[in-house]
Amino acid sequence: MNGLALAALPAGIDSGDTAWMLVATALVLMMTPALGLFYAGLVRSKNTLNTFMMCIGALAVAGVVWALLGYSLAFDGTGSLLGGLGYAGLQGVDFLPREGTAIPQLLFFAFQATFCMITAALVSGAVVERMRFGPFLVFIALWSLLVYSVLAHWSFGGGWLSANGTLDFAGGIPVEMGSGFSALAAAVVVGARKDYGRQALLPHNAMYVLLGAGLLWFGWFGFNGGSGFATGDPSVLAFVNTLLTPACSLLVWFVLDLIRGRKVTAIGAATAIVVGCVLITPAGAFISPGWAMVLGAVGALPCYLLIMWRPRTRVDETLDVLAAHGVAGFTGILAIGLFASFAWNGVADGLFYGDAAQLGHQALAALVTPLYAFGMTYVLLRAMSLFTALRTSEHEEAVGMDVVQHGEEAYASGEGAILVLPADGEKLVAEPG
Amino acid sequence: MKLVIGIVRPEKANDVLEALYRAEVRGVSMSRVQGHGGELDRVETYRGTTVKMGLSEKVRFEVAVSDDFVDPAIEALCEGGRTGEVGDGKIFVVPLERAVRIRTGESDKAAVTPVDGR
Repeated sequence: MNGLALAALPAGIDSGDTAWMLVATALVLMMTPALGLFYAGLVRSKNTLNTFMMCIGALAVAGVVWALLGYSLAFDGTGSLLGGLGYAGLQGVDFLPREGTAIPQLLFFAFQATFCMITAALVSGAVVERMRFGPFLVFIALWSLLVYSVLAHWSFGGGWLSANGTLDFAGGIPVEMGSGFSALAAAVVVGARKDYGRQALLPHNAMYVLLGAGLLWFGWFGFNGGSGFATGDPSVLAFVNTLLTPACSLLVWFVLDLIRGRKVTAIGAATAIVVGCVLITPAGAFISPGWAMVLGAVGALPCYLLIMWRPRTRVDETLDVLAAHGVAGFTGILAIGLFASFAWNGVADGLFYGDAAQLGHQALAALVTPLYAFGMTYVLLRAMSLFTALRTSEHEEAVGMDVVQHGEEAYASGEGAILVLPADGEKLVAEPG
Repeated sequence: MKLVIGIVRPEKANDVLEALYRAEVRGVSMSRVQGHGGELDRVETYRGTTVKMGLSEKVRFEVAVSDDFVDPAIEALCEGGRTGEVGDGKIFVVPLERAVRIRTGESDKAAVTPVDGR
């Protein structure tokens, strides 16, 4: 606007890149409440608020933990297993460009923070309708450091996987596989809902699910489109692939639904959008639009099969984080090893373009990440369960988490509600139902 | 012929249905109601507004049965609905003057005796 403002731009900062990354960061931030909608629609009405609040809780907890310590562990230095403490408490994170980008490190931090938030929120899908809110917040605070920051360092921060040649554009490793396999561990440790396998536990509002999925897809353009930290070719390719892959997954899901039940289902469609977005997350800027479409179509199959099979098991991984994120992320990571083409990405070729070694690098990540995420989450929750009850009592579970944990209802009618006017000196004490 | 009305906790509705089914009581209608039966008031807070929820969600079962089935229906409602805490609900049995099955015009005992569907 004036000479002073232009002069204030530090050397090495690109204004276009910075402008896009500001928008992309806001888009990714929106994905967490969008996930809240998606998840809240999938649970019973008495657990609507609690389910949404787990996502809101992730905004609070993961945001603070990321600023205090997580960002530093993930992005300070190129140590093989873990970053340093140089950026702890955001010291030294300022307007100078982040290494390898033309955007201020402060903005780079904020963009990565939104990733940590949504990933922590994703794990809640495994434990909704029964895990206590307080222990959940403690869990994701520790999980953000012990699992997310570590995996982010391995794949994004210069850790051993990226040094080894593993490609992961927007977080197939820390976000998708990290959340999916952690969700499985969380479901195993916390245990099934008391009514699981005994009663039909149905989604209470399919509209929320569709709206949430739509907003997630919208936000994902920032998630994948921003993961190049720039406005160049990789961002454009990732952006367009984020359009194409979910479209193909949707279409294939329609067909699979038709074959299975002769009807195309709405909640199936919402699921397909998420699966498609996850599939293209790791491969975003590494594969051509054509292969991205193939990935969307073929990659939907294993996720669909797992979603159909999982409810027949005793594992109450309630909202199928493993299928929609873990398995789709796994598939996307492997797809890079097959479909990557140097002509499109300028980085590496996959097996189909003559480089089998790349598939090896991808397979290594696809093997190690699930083991680490599952193992660490399992140990973390088991350790927590020594100190506190992770889940609510059967009676409270029956009453519903909204009233028990938050003292509110999502659909309060006000009928029979007596207004309490606190008299002088009288203390209001909330009594659990 | 009696009308058995059972008001139970919504979270026990499924257990009651199962118990009624096991007792071979097949004709049932249920509705969501709000009621108060002496249980502790629940306090909820919405921003600056604190309210005591005087009414709790309940489910009301209505079962019209012939005399032989009154006790099994009551037992099923008790068995399915009981948690032992205050607020488990009540059962009311009232005499039924007439019952008519709309499809056939059968009345009274024949009308409340289930037929095999389909």
